[in-house]
Amino acid sequence: MRLEPIANPSLARRIGLPVLALAMTVVCGSLLALTAGADPFDTLRLIVVGAVGSKFALLETLNRATPLIFTGLAVAVAFRARLWNIGAEAQLYAGAIVTVLIGTGATGLPALPLLLVAGIAAMFAGAAVLIPPVLLKTRLGVDEVVTTLLINFIMLLFVSYLLEGPMKDPAGMGWPKSTALAKEARLPRIVDGLRLHWGFALAILSAIAVWVIQTRTTLGYEIRAVGLNAKAAKFAGIPVNGVLVKTALLSGGLAALAGYSEVAGLKGHLSLDLSPGFGYTGIIVAMLALLNPLGVIPSAIFVAGIFVGANSMSRAASVPTYIADMLLAIALLFMVLAILLTRYRVKRG
Amino acid sequence: MTGTTQEARDIVLRLDGITKRFGPLVANDAISLTLNRGEIIALLGENGAGKTTLMNILFGHYTADAGQVEVFGKLLPPGQPRAALAAGVGMVHQHFTLADHLTVTENILLGTQPLWQLGLGLGVARDKIARLSADFGLAVHPDAKVSALSVGERQRVEILKALYRDARILILDEPTAVLTPQETDALFETLKKAVARGLSIVFISHKLHEVMAVADRCLVLRHGKLVAERDTHQTSGAELAALMVGGAVPELSPSTAKPGAPLLMLSRVTTPDAEAAPGLKDVTLTLRAGEITGLAGVSGNGQAALSDLIGGLIRPESGTLELAGATVAAWSAHDAILAGIARIPEDRHKTGTIADFSLTENAILERYREAPFSRKGWMNWGAAEGFARDIIQTYDVRCPGPDARIRLLSGGNMQKLILGRVLEPGPKVILANQPVRGLDIGAITFIHSRLIAARDAGAAVLLISEDLDEVLKLSDVVHVIYEGRLSPGFARGSMGPADLGLWMAGQGFDHAA
Repeated sequence: MRLEPIANPSLARRIGLPVLALAMTVVCGSLLALTAGADPFDTLRLIVVGAVGSKFALLETLNRATPLIFTGLAVAVAFRARLWNIGAEAQLYAGAIVTVLIGTGATGLPALPLLLVAGIAAMFAGAAVLIPPVLLKTRLGVDEVVTTLLINFIMLLFVSYLLEGPMKDPAGMGWPKSTALAKEARLPRIVDGLRLHWGFALAILSAIAVWVIQTRTTLGYEIRAVGLNAKAAKFAGIPVNGVLVKTALLSGGLAALAGYSEVAGLKGHLSLDLSPGFGYTGIIVAMLALLNPLGVIPSAIFVAGIFVGANSMSRAASVPTYIADMLLAIALLFMVLAILLTRYRVKRG
Repeated sequence: MTGTTQEARDIVLRLDGITKRFGPLVANDAISLTLNRGEIIALLGENGAGKTTLMNILFGHYTADAGQVEVFGKLLPPGQPRAALAAGVGMVHQHFTLADHLTVTENILLGTQPLWQLGLGLGVARDKIARLSADFGLAVHPDAKVSALSVGERQRVEILKALYRDARILILDEPTAVLTPQETDALFETLKKAVARGLSIVFISHKLHEVMAVADRCLVLRHGKLVAERDTHQTSGAELAALMVGGAVPELSPSTAKPGAPLLMLSRVTTPDAEAAPGLKDVTLTLRAGEITGLAGVSGNGQAALSDLIGGLIRPESGTLELAGATVAAWSAHDAILAGIARIPEDRHKTGTIADFSLTENAILERYREAPFSRKGWMNWGAAEGFARDIIQTYDVRCPGPDARIRLLSGGNMQKLILGRVLEPGPKVILANQPVRGLDIGAITFIHSRLIAARDAGAAVLLISEDLDEVLKLSDVVHVIYEGRLSPGFARGSMGPADLGLWMAGQGFDHAA
């Protein structure tokens, strides 16, 4: 068996295969539900209803999608340049810490400037976390997969220290959480009465901005060139290392916005369970979106929907919520296979 | 070869109606051929004519869609690489398949021994290798490490490897591409000894004078079809060339150069050695306006270092560079582009283009930061596409359109796009590193005539090539590079291939150093 490249994949192939991948995911998900002793159709129906079946469910899904759009964009931007940023989790927490520092401080600023300052500062903090691994990569050739991954653990321990020490809420009854943000430092809801904050709108705008950067600016052109063929890019005079640093600033900043939006928009304080692995799930989101920044939006909503739906389903049926993780893993595997088969056909001999 | 004896008529290899399709492309179209005992046949054809596919089918790497292979009267099972080896067919690849840190003997033994066995039986093997190398004139020391061998010697090891396995049929894929003229002559002596001992040889090449020198019969492939079969003494190089191309071959005859001012000078430049190739050693070189300077040499003798230095990818350890009268310590790739150095890289697939970028994106790769292609960081894709369309038209790039990924283009069309990209801005200096390697005659003629036109327009051209014929045909001045050192410049016509061959093998440098 060998793979033969397809010069111009047909439209049927490009659309049919991903649809087939989703169908296969549903089939495998049903089998999983069956092994858990539940009715597969009922389980799937409950997941869908739990994710988008009501106004409340839909808003919950969109809320959950918001940080995933940010981390998905962070990963998509970095992976496009073949910068393997596995550390969106750490960058998210860096953004959250800075947001809390500014949001709880007596700055005396009115709401809008305060939110702007906090957002920009959070982005810088996230970028600052990603810069050392990137410099190690460009200067010394240290593999960034390892360094960015390890920084995640360091960051979690650091947050734990902050919450037990300097940032601990004195009125927190001993719980490891920070003081709550001032009212001016909270992102308001988009529509009064609907539980959806401006972080979601910011996420959509960020996706559009990243798309514009990638397709319309010289930086986007450089990022794509470096990612597709760094050797040819270097030969053509593109400053490869400089492009990687700029990519890191963008990627780290976007991941930090996830922390900013979760703290300022949703939670109002920093705690150790701020992110149930949004940084890692961002990798799945980005891969499902084929690293396309606009594709990250539906991809993040899809992934968030599975999580929210599975949560709600497990309350109604006796199927563990782990099914959400397995469904995502299966969806990702089938999608990667579909992508491969879009561009190659399998031939015998 | 009169072919009167029974022995000479023994057919050792027969391909019968071999057909292989890759999608819509018919790579081999009902090809039938025979190889007799004690005969050398040449398989001729341009790149993409189907030579390699045919040999891959013979070796079981591909399965033919139709047709069969017969070796010594026995049918080979399709798709089994070991079957051909076992039947006595040996192949010497263009790119050697030797383990650098093993000795010659160990390399030859690799793969011939059972997996579980105490001791390698090196002594017996050594004797057999020594005997083979004496019989066939393949001088190489059995205990030498392969990493210490020259390219010519490595090729001898490859041939010994096949002979050690008792190959009765040898297939040589472009064997002379990496050899000096003298090494080529020695190889031909070996081949003649081999056929005198009853071996049969298939010689794959596109160098006509070599084919004329060594082959008994010539088979010409074109677009996957066997278009002609000629006895060598009944044909001519010109006829074979016309058969390969399918029409008359255009002749290039560059006018006399009118050298002008020096545009780029290296004085006493030394660069660090790279892992596999030497750096430059005290090299002094002047490139003049309106002149093509050719650089001959066996590959891996410092060509890469010189090309990278002028291209702005490496810095000299010592020595000075002078560009258009100004002395500079070094320049970056971007500086080189801005200074008007057009660079045609050796590897158009990996260095020259980005395979998954469109023609438009590839066309502006070196100039995307300049107006009109971008302003203040914003791309102007309209202007970029217009530029790509200009190149496609002016340089006759055959492609589906400027939006097509460049991966889909043939090597020749890819190279024409690179040529357009670097020549359109009107460069002062042109660095052409292996500009036509692997291209068909049409593309070669086109690219050569463009380089000559650029020379006549006043550019200084440095042509780096491992093909001595190409260097001699185009260059007004020829230098030879050997282990990082540069020979003096020889004016056009003052040196023949044999004289340059001696320099390429390192003779003449001893006093110079």
